[in-house]
Order: sequence, then structure tokens, then C-alpha cells
Amino acid sequence: MKQWGLILGIARTHLHTKMKSTVTASLGVTFGIGAYITLVSFMTGLNGMLDSLVLNQTPHIHLYNELEPSDVQPIERSPAFSDDLLRIRSVRPKTGQLKIHNALPILDYLRHDPRVLGATPQLLANIFYLSGSLDLGGQLIGVDIMEEARLSNMADYIVEGSPEDLRNTENGILLGIGLAEKLSLAVGDRVQVATAEGGVFPLKIVGLYQSGLAEIDNARSFAQINTVQRILGKPQNYLTDINIKLHDIGLAVPMARELESQFRLRARDIQEANAQFETGTSIRNLITYAVSVTLLIVAGFGIYNILNMLIYEKMNDIAILKATGFSGNDVRDIFMSQAMLIGLMGGLLGLLIGLGLSHLIDSLPFDTEALPTISTFPVNHNPVYYLIGIAFALLSTFIAGYLPAMRARKIDPVRIIRGN
Amino acid sequence: MTPVLEARHIDKFFKKPVEFHVLKDISFQIPPGEFTSIMGKSGSGKSTLLYILSTMDTDYRGELLLKGESLSGKPPNRLSRIRNEHIGFVFQFHYLLGDFSVLDNVMLPARKLARKSEAEIRHDAHEKLKTLHIGHLADKKASRISGGEKQRVAIARALINDPAILMGDEPTGNLDSYNSENVFQIFRQLKEERGLSLLIVTHDEDFARRTDRILEMDDGRIVGGNP
Ligand SMILES: Nc1ncnc2c1ncn2[C@@H]1O[C@H](COP(=O)(O)OP(=O)(O)OP(=O)(O)O)[C@@H](O)[C@H]1O
Ligand SMILES: [Mg+2]
Repeated sequence: MKQWGLILGIARTHLHTKMKSTVTASLGVTFGIGAYITLVSFMTGLNGMLDSLVLNQTPHIHLYNELEPSDVQPIERSPAFSDDLLRIRSVRPKTGQLKIHNALPILDYLRHDPRVLGATPQLLANIFYLSGSLDLGGQLIGVDIMEEARLSNMADYIVEGSPEDLRNTENGILLGIGLAEKLSLAVGDRVQVATAEGGVFPLKIVGLYQSGLAEIDNARSFAQINTVQRILGKPQNYLTDINIKLHDIGLAVPMARELESQFRLRARDIQEANAQFETGTSIRNLITYAVSVTLLIVAGFGIYNILNMLIYEKMNDIAILKATGFSGNDVRDIFMSQAMLIGLMGGLLGLLIGLGLSHLIDSLPFDTEALPTISTFPVNHNPVYYLIGIAFALLSTFIAGYLPAMRARKIDPVRIIRGN
Repeated sequence: MTPVLEARHIDKFFKKPVEFHVLKDISFQIPPGEFTSIMGKSGSGKSTLLYILSTMDTDYRGELLLKGESLSGKPPNRLSRIRNEHIGFVFQFHYLLGDFSVLDNVMLPARKLARKSEAEIRHDAHEKLKTLHIGHLADKKASRISGGEKQRVAIARALINDPAILMGDEPTGNLDSYNSENVFQIFRQLKEERGLSLLIVTHDEDFARRTDRILEMDDGRIVGGNP
């Protein structure tokens, strides 16, 4: 049975008489942990914001038709030429392939799949925005606005007007904010759009859309699907894209492959769409941990030094303790406890400082055109980081304290007692 | 009667700087309740012997027995425990843990032994201090008392677990004659009232002459005093 009360009591007395060294050593840990908490909260907050900026606007699976030449040309199907070497120059894709065949039954099928949270149809039309003599190329996307608002955080990005306004207005349009600026248009105005075929349609601006990504805001607008179908002169079943949101994002990859072979469509999953994005996230995490670990290593050396010094000063105490019946392990534990107490005190103070700093950052105003939903710096106050932080502190002080404590364990009392 | 302490053919060598035979075939017994002193020239090996007898030094040849039980070759943790329970040791210097109070210093070995409750230990420690006429110092910091007072606190600490034997390496070496006499009287009293065995190294003829037996050491051998 270890007498931890006794061991800790001795450790505490030693630390108490060496207040200055103790405080110095603890502050080292405090800086390390404080920096870790602040950095990790801020960095993961930033990651989360960027995630939602890009990922929430990306469907888990995006079904569409890729414009590409057919792999098999008609002549290759003919048995008459099966023995010949066939070479066809200048193969071009067929027109009209953008349309998803049987889009409505597919939608219906997807909505009944238990893995699917929701599936929304879209109709992408390349159009020109006309204003006076100016015409700007861009896309008009026909959406089921209420479904979009339910399944994505699209409503957050409608900076003026609301999804309901679009639903309730015949020939309404949610204009990209960049477009609105360029064309000097505001809510309530009319904008003319022209199709490639030449038809011109007036649409009423019911709201403005700001995604935060300039190339989108300068080109993209939204309207109800039937409005776009009317502009293009297409029937009710003419759809170009289906966006799918799943209950479990992890199923996106296998399900995309499954849908591809089932419907002979291109199905792009979210991982594929955001591969480079993941890299950014992991690099930010790497920086956070590299900085924190560096600070803790510095703190660890501080503890190592101070403990070595303490043991040197307490040589006589060690000899006396051993002479009066404390074992080497007891002595080791006394010094280990000192290291751990330093780690615990420094670590807890570090958590407090981290908490304070991350809340301070959280309250700093962060206004940017690109991010309409954000008014202060994004900070992630996840309690898990506080657990990791204190575990870090204890681990680093344990490692730093181990060697000096083992040295104390081995000190030969006879040599010390003879020494004087 | 089983001797409290028995040394059988103890030899010790120092390897560095040159091989040196410090203790040569030391054999003797301490019967219970005997007050023995060890005398001898400086460098004759008295301290070296005492460190072996106190189990702190295990690098020797021969056998050491405490109350008939052999201590030679026991693992260090076991020896710590035996030292804690059965052997009281008073050094010439290095008396106390300076950061702790006098009372804490006396109580520490008993806390380590953990045979009594904290309250009992505290009570015993106060008793020991009173016996040694230093009860009033209990709450002072150990680094803030005089040399003679420290010496007596060290004796109180050596006695706290009611050991089988008390060893001292010149415990009166740097005391004035008044305090030296005081310590001697305390030792005699402990022997007479509690039957404590004592083994005290001293250079003080006057002190030694009044003990039950003097072991005379010369050049690593016991040369006189019925070992
Ligand atoms: N660590 C050591 N290494 C080598 N020789 C040593 C060591 N310690 C002591 N000696 C030698 O061993 C001999 C005995 O030393 P010891 O301390 O036992 O003498 P002592 O009888 O206690 O002397 P004193 O009366 O001065 O205290 C001395 O000659 C000393 O020089
Ligand atoms: Mg000596």
C-alpha cells in the first residue's frame, strides 16, 4: 500500500519552500497549454467555418450528365465491320445529353431510399443577364427553393429577401450579389435574362444571394424550376442535376458508385468534390499541434532543469529520508509528485488562460464581405480540447520529471552523509 | 538470549581510488539492553562499520543479523522497512529536514511505518520531545533551532518507532560539555527505563568510560572490548 498522503505532503512542502522555481516551471506549462487551447479553438473554429462555407453548399452526391463523347460509336456495334480496324476522327459529344432521362422517377426512387435525407432537382441554364447595353454571362439555377432551404443552409446566404418570397413570386429571381452590384439592381427591380437561343425574359428580383465565393456571386442566380423551364422552353420533366443529402455522409462514396451504375449518370461524391479542401484542414491542424508541442517541449526542459536543481538542493533530505526508512521508490514518487503537481497547476492555469483568450477572440468583430453569416471570429469551444490539454500537460511533466526522479531514487545516502 | 545485533566476519573494501581493506573480519554481538560505545583513531573504520550495521551500506562481505534474522542479501525495499521499524540512527551532521517543523521531522518515520493513527503519532512525538526537554520547539521550523536542539530532535526522531537498537555516529561530537552530558543522560535513561540497546561511536573518553562496554577499533579491526 502506497502512502500517497505522506508522499504528497512531503512533495508539497518541498514545492512550497521553492515557490519561485515552482511558479517558473508551472508558467512554462501554462504557456504551452494556454497556447494549445487558444490555437486549437481558433483553428478548428476556422476549419468549421470554412467547412460550412464550402461543404454545406456541396451536396453529398451530385447526379448529372457529363458532356463527353460516347465510348462506343455506332459503327463499332455493326457486325459487318467487326473484323476491321475502325478509326473515327473528330468524335463529338451528342447534343441534348445534359438532360437527365427519367429525372422524376429517379427523384421519387431516391426519396424513398432510407439512406437519403433529401433529394432536390435542379435545372442549370446558361444565360446572359442584360442591363442596358451590358450583358453578363452566368447561370440561372432552377431549384425547389423550399426543399433547398430545408436541406442546406441556403437560407443563411440569402442576404435580402427570403425563400418564401421566391416561392410566392411568379417569375421571381434570387440575384447573386455580385451581379446586383454590377448591374446596379436592387430588390424589387426587374432584370432581363436571355438564353443562348435568343429569347429574353424579364424576372422580378425578390432577394439577393451571397455565398461568400466571388466567382459564384458574380455569375449565379436562383429561380424556381418551372420559371427556368419556361425560359428554356422545356417541359416539366426537364432537369439537369439532382443533389442528394444523406443521413450519413460516410455512405456518399459507395452510394455514388452504386447510383452511377444504376442510372448511367455521373455521380460525384463530396469527398471527390472537396479533396483539396481536406488538405487545408489537416495542415491547419498540423500547425496547431506543432506549435503546442514545441511550447510543451520547452516547458518540459524547464521542468527537467528545475527538478534537477531541486534534487541537488534536497540531497541531504533525500539521504535523511532514506536513512529513516523511506525506500528509493518513495523518494522517486516524492519527486515525481512534484513534477506532476507542477504539471497540474500549470496545466489548469493554462486551461483557464486558453478559455479566456479563446472567448476574447470569439468576441472580436470579424466583418467580411465574403461571409455574410459571420460577425465575430469563429472559435470552437469543444471541451474535448481541454481534456487533451490537461492530458498533454501531465504527460509532458511526467516525461520531464521521470529522469530526475529516477536519479533521486538511486542516490546513495551513505555517500551524502559521508560527504560532509 | 538472542543478541539484538550481530556481525559475523564482516569485511569491506573500497575499490577507489586504490583497493583498500577498510573493515577486516569484524565479529561482535550486542545483547538486548546493552549500552555499547565504539572508540578508535580517526580513519579506523568506525563510521564505515556503522553504515553497514544500519543496513544503509550493503556492499560488504560477511553476515549481519538483527534479532537473529539475517539481513544480508535482502532487497533494498525490505531493508528500508527494517531500518524504519527497528533501527534508530543519529548522525553527526545532517540532522533534520530543514523545510519541515520539528514535530513533522519526528513524526515522518512513524507516518512511513503507518502502524499508528496520525493522532497517536502526534501524541507520541510530543512525548518524545518532552522527554528530551524540547517540547516547546515542536512547531518551530527545523532549520531555525540550535545545533544542540537539532541533535536532540534527531534523537527523538530515531526513537519514534520504538526501535530495537539506537545507533549514533558521534552524536555528541559537536556539542558543548553541558549538552553532551545531557545527551548521555538521555541515552542511559532510555537503556535503564526501556531496555533500549545502544551502539554509539564517540571520541569522548569520558562518555565512553561510563557505557557498559567499549569496542576499540584500530585499522579496520576490533582490538578490544570482548566482541
Ligand atoms: N568512499 C570512500 N572511498 C575510499 N575510501 C574511503 C571512503 N570513505 C572512507 N574511506 C576511508 O576509509 C577509512 C575509514 O573511514 P571511516 O569514515 O570509517 O573512518 P572513521 O573511523 O569514522 O574516522 P573518523 O573518526 O574520522 O570519523 C578511512 O581511511 C577513509 O579514508
Ligand atoms: Mg567517522
